[in-house]
Amino acid sequence: MKQHHFFSTLKLLVVFALGTGLLSGCSQSTGNSGSTAALADDVASQVYVPPGEYDEFYAFMSGGFSGQVSVYGLPSGRMLKVIPVFSLDPEKGYGFNEETKPMLETSHGFIPWDDAHHPELSQTNGETDGRWLFINGNNTPRIARIDLTTFETTEIIEIPNSGGNHSSPFTTENTEYVVAGTRFGVPYPQQDVSIDSYAEKFKGTLSFISVDPEEGEMDLAFQVLLPAFDYDLAHSGKGKSHGWTFFTTYNTEEKSTLLEVNASQNDKDFIAAINWKKAEEYIAQGKFQEVPAQYAHNVYDEKTHSATSEMKETVRVLLPEECPGLVYFLPTPKSPHGVDVDPTGEYIVGNGKLSADMAVHSFSKVLEAIENESFETTIDGIPVLKYDEILAGIVEKPGLGPLHTEFDGKGNAYTTYFISSEIVKWKVETQEVLDRVPTYYSVGHLMIPGGDSRKPDGKYMVALNKITKDRYLPTGPELTHSAQLYDISGDKMKMLLDFPTIGEPHYAQGISASKVMPNSKKFYPIEENEHPYRALGEKDTRVERDGNVVHVYMTTIRSHFAPDNIEGIKVGDKVYFHVTNLEQDWDVPHGLAIMGANNAELLIMPGQTETLLWEPDRVGVFPFYCTDFCSALHQEMQGYVRVSPQSSDIELSWRLGEDEPVQ
Amino acid sequence: MKYLPRLLMALGIIGLLLLFFFPMWKIILYAPQYPDGVEMHIYIDKIGGNSPGVLQNVNILNHYVGMKYIEPDAIPELQYFPYIIGALILLGAGALLWNRAPGYLIWTLLLIILGAIGMYDFYLWEYDYGHNLSPTAPIKIPGASFQPPLLGTKDILNFVAKSLPHIGGYGYGLAILLGGAAWWTRKKQ
Repeated sequence: MKQHHFFSTLKLLVVFALGTGLLSGCSQSTGNSGSTAALADDVASQVYVPPGEYDEFYAFMSGGFSGQVSVYGLPSGRMLKVIPVFSLDPEKGYGFNEETKPMLETSHGFIPWDDAHHPELSQTNGETDGRWLFINGNNTPRIARIDLTTFETTEIIEIPNSGGNHSSPFTTENTEYVVAGTRFGVPYPQQDVSIDSYAEKFKGTLSFISVDPEEGEMDLAFQVLLPAFDYDLAHSGKGKSHGWTFFTTYNTEEKSTLLEVNASQNDKDFIAAINWKKAEEYIAQGKFQEVPAQYAHNVYDEKTHSATSEMKETVRVLLPEECPGLVYFLPTPKSPHGVDVDPTGEYIVGNGKLSADMAVHSFSKVLEAIENESFETTIDGIPVLKYDEILAGIVEKPGLGPLHTEFDGKGNAYTTYFISSEIVKWKVETQEVLDRVPTYYSVGHLMIPGGDSRKPDGKYMVALNKITKDRYLPTGPELTHSAQLYDISGDKMKMLLDFPTIGEPHYAQGISASKVMPNSKKFYPIEENEHPYRALGEKDTRVERDGNVVHVYMTTIRSHFAPDNIEGIKVGDKVYFHVTNLEQDWDVPHGLAIMGANNAELLIMPGQTETLLWEPDRVGVFPFYCTDFCSALHQEMQGYVRVSPQSSDIELSWRLGEDEPVQ
Repeated sequence: MKYLPRLLMALGIIGLLLLFFFPMWKIILYAPQYPDGVEMHIYIDKIGGNSPGVLQNVNILNHYVGMKYIEPDAIPELQYFPYIIGALILLGAGALLWNRAPGYLIWTLLLIILGAIGMYDFYLWEYDYGHNLSPTAPIKIPGASFQPPLLGTKDILNFVAKSLPHIGGYGYGLAILLGGAAWWTRKKQ
């Protein structure tokens, strides 16, 4: 008995010693597992990031129906931040404070929610550069841009002539454009017609949104008018195929009802290949129609800490009939979902989700077929290439329900299979299946950092699963969606970690922390604050009345508001609390919450000014306080507003610290 | 070797000139929640830090225990220090032109005396800030002093405070050494 104990302790010690050796040793050589067989299963050490140390990668996951983006560290799977994008966020006051309300303006008015699907990092020379993250809003078609120096949404542009912006935003290799596409065909122009007129009156558009190379500002450069297929996903060419963007289609049957059957009849649908460099030539030649359209363009200014919304009136539309060479259809089996271009730009993978085999097209063969004008037919003036002539090869019976493919930069592709719930690794050039791993369960997208760029970081892979079932402690009928992390540095994929996510992460993007971390801002320099209602010091604080509108110019600094006593407010007033956080230190936000406010709190970053509208509905004295535990005297950071009847003649007064009002 | 004293003296003057470009002193406060430290820089004419907002952050920390706000405008030394340094540079230039051992010696001694007075003055300010606490301070700790160290390291509540010369201060020290060397080499000639 004693001896037994002794040996197990010894064994533990040996394992522990080896474990620490791996941790402190020069890290990631998972290749030579032969001599340390005991460690092969020690996945914990591979995802363990010691307290106080940083993850190697940022992962940006879409929130799906949460409308937000969540930021994780990899390999630990620790959540770092939720960035509000298309949905209100009372936690940060996003969409509630006066400054960010314009961000959610659209041609349909203020929209408090959307369905965010595909985050996409900006690229330079085909490599993720860590400047911006784009993401599409699917429901009310939009694209948002997040600034990765502040991790805040700084721009949202609406996409007109579109229904369901799913095939978006998928950047070109120097972020010349991000793209948008119509998942649901809509009447063009939008009008009151019978749904039965789908095939004649409905259209699909593919949009190219230019991105300013310095500031990142987006502008809807042009749209291409196409048949009302459902444009599902996209990816732009790279390297030799730079200049082209590929969009998958389904419902080439052009049906409007019972699509699960009616849109699954054609053996082959298409990948629409758009030559956007050609489009630029046609635009330069003026071969476009300037069409009336209403769409909002919302920009957040980091100096005024405020967003503005502008309504645009027209859009340029290119018609394929008038623009030869602009669009080609590549026949692809069957209802392809993702379209993924390998790092060399040669192979275009059509993930035919209802097909037994998976088709891989060759970009060189596509060019050759175009050169030879070898077309099967034309649809609305768009040449359809011949399937057999453009095919590079077929991945034979790899799994069921292929959805998405990413690449590791070592010649391998990784494809998700929703129905058979697995990821299959295959060799791009030979289409030979190399390995497969199960996912838990029903994987949708997958993500390898840089896995859709020219330079993937082929170390980790994340599976984003649709179904969780028994993976975690149950939480009633609604369960979190799960993500799984795999080590893909060796020949065999190896699962390391399983962690819950927010909303429904569709796509995700990953990037080496070293490309983002050095640019992360710590606070906003107060001397650059250009907010029209700023107070740059306590001497600037005041309260002003203009009719029934009251402006409170307030400041915060540890640990008080200035002013913190206000009298002379009346029932029915619209009181704007413009709060400037005077702090100039990292991680010292202050919050403002006031009793009875019908919106949310403010959470003001150092150097920032934010505005809360408060409409007192009753007489009394109401407290307000700081919501973010800011200091040892946080609990004392509070104040009062006295609200008098409308008929009252009490003068406005305010103070801080003294017994008498300091007006 | 004939020009050595003058060369040394010129370098000493350059040492003093550093005071116009770099801080003379730094006080760094470390605490777990300030992983990079709060690094305050004292120049001959202003107070700053290794990042904007340092002075404000120091004042915020100080106000919990009722220390006075550090307001550069209320510190007269910051008004006249540049003139004193300027005068020392002119005197140094004069000594260099005169190129006699006593000139260098007097200049060096002047620097030592003024430096000592400066350090004593610095100590008085530190004593004042550390002991002259507001009676309405939110946090009162009987018997505690918050005086930072004159030179070196000291624990102050949850902080470790470090007080060290910065580049300008080292320049001043170097000027003393070089002035002394100029005197010594000139005397030997």
